[in-house]
Amino acid sequence: MKADKHNSKGFWDWFNPAGRDVGGWAFILNRISALGLAFYLYLHLFVLGKLAQGPEVFDQFIAAAKSPLYIAGELLVIAAALYHGLNGVRLVLNSFNIGVPRQKQMFYTALALTILGTLVFATRMFAG
Amino acid sequence: MWKITYRVHRQKGHEAPHYDTFQVEVDPEEYVLDGVEKIWAFEDRSLTFRHACHHSTCGACGMRVNGVEKLTCITKIKDVTQDGGTLTVEPLRNFPIVSDLVVDLGPLYRKMEAVQAPKVHPLSMAPWEGEDIRPPKEVPAPPEGGEYIRLPDCLECGICISACPVAASDPDYLGPAPLAAIQIQGLDGHPELLALADSQEGVWRCHSAFECSAVCPSNVDPGWRIMDLRKQVATQRLKTIIG
Repeated sequence: MKADKHNSKGFWDWFNPAGRDVGGWAFILNRISALGLAFYLYLHLFVLGKLAQGPEVFDQFIAAAKSPLYIAGELLVIAAALYHGLNGVRLVLNSFNIGVPRQKQMFYTALALTILGTLVFATRMFAG
Repeated sequence: MWKITYRVHRQKGHEAPHYDTFQVEVDPEEYVLDGVEKIWAFEDRSLTFRHACHHSTCGACGMRVNGVEKLTCITKIKDVTQDGGTLTVEPLRNFPIVSDLVVDLGPLYRKMEAVQAPKVHPLSMAPWEGEDIRPPKEVPAPPEGGEYIRLPDCLECGICISACPVAASDPDYLGPAPLAAIQIQGLDGHPELLALADSQEGVWRCHSAFECSAVCPSNVDPGWRIMDLRKQVATQRLKTIIG
C-alpha cells in the first residue's frame, strides 16, 4: 500500500536550501525579498496611519526613525527592492530565452549590484 | 576499501518515516546504487528500491543522495562522501512514496503521455541547442537514405520534478520533463500541444529556479527548454493576434 500524500513539504520546500544549486538560491532569495517587500508595504501603510493621529504622534515616530535600528531596517528594504528588481530583469530576459545558459552569472551580477547599491545607501544613510 | 555509513529512508505504507543506518564496506569507485544493493543483499532483504539497467538508460534508480537528486547508478561513492563518511539516501520528492526508496512515478508518466512525448525521434531533432549540448559530429547518412532514429535524451526518471520547488507546492504543474518534451516536438509542428503549454499549469507556472537543469542526469537541460517554449508560446500568441 502506498502513501497517497506527495513526498513534499509544499510551500515550505520553496525555502528549503538543502541541496539547491545557484538557480535555487536565486529563487529562494527572490521569494524572501518578495515577502519582505509585501510586509514592508503593510508596515508603511501603518506608519502613514500615524499621520491621522496628529502631528505630535508623527513627529515622535520620525524622531524614532532616525535611530540606527530603523536605518538598518530601511537598508533591508532597499536591499530587498534592489535584489528583487535586478533579479526580475534577469528572469524577464531568461523568459524570452535570452542568456539562459548564463543565468548563474546573471544572478551573481544581480547579487553584486545589490550588495554594491546597499553599501552606497548605507554609507549615505549612516553618515547623514 | 572504504567503510561508510548508509543512512537510509525507511517507510512502509502509511507508517511514519524513519532512517536506518548500515555500515557498508565499499570500493570508492563503486556507485551509490551498488551500496544500496549490498545492504539489500547482506543486511536487510525488506529494503525496497528501483533499479534495472545500471547504466543510466532506464531512469529507475533516481534518489536523493545527501539531499541532492542523483541517478544512483552513475553517482560514484567517492564523489558524494569520504572514507568513514555518511551517505543519506532518500526517495525522490514530490511523488507519493510507495515503500522505502520507491516512489510512484505514475503522475509523471501520465503527463508525458498527455504531451505525446516521443519514444524515438529523428537524429535531426536531437536536443543540442542548450548549454553544453552539442550535435554529434559528422554523422554519416544511412546507406539506404532517410534518417537515423534515436532515443530521446529524457529518461523519465523524475529527478527534475523532485528538484523543482514549484512542483513541491503544485502537484498539477506539468513540470520540467513534460514541458521539455513539448519543446522538443515544437509547437509549429504540434499546435495541439499549445493549449497544454499555454495553460495555468503549463509553461507560465515555472519560476525559473533552474534546479531541473542542475540535476538532470541526461543533459536534457529542461530549464532552457521551458524558456524556449515560452518564446514559442509567445510567438504563437502573436501569430493569433496579427492573423
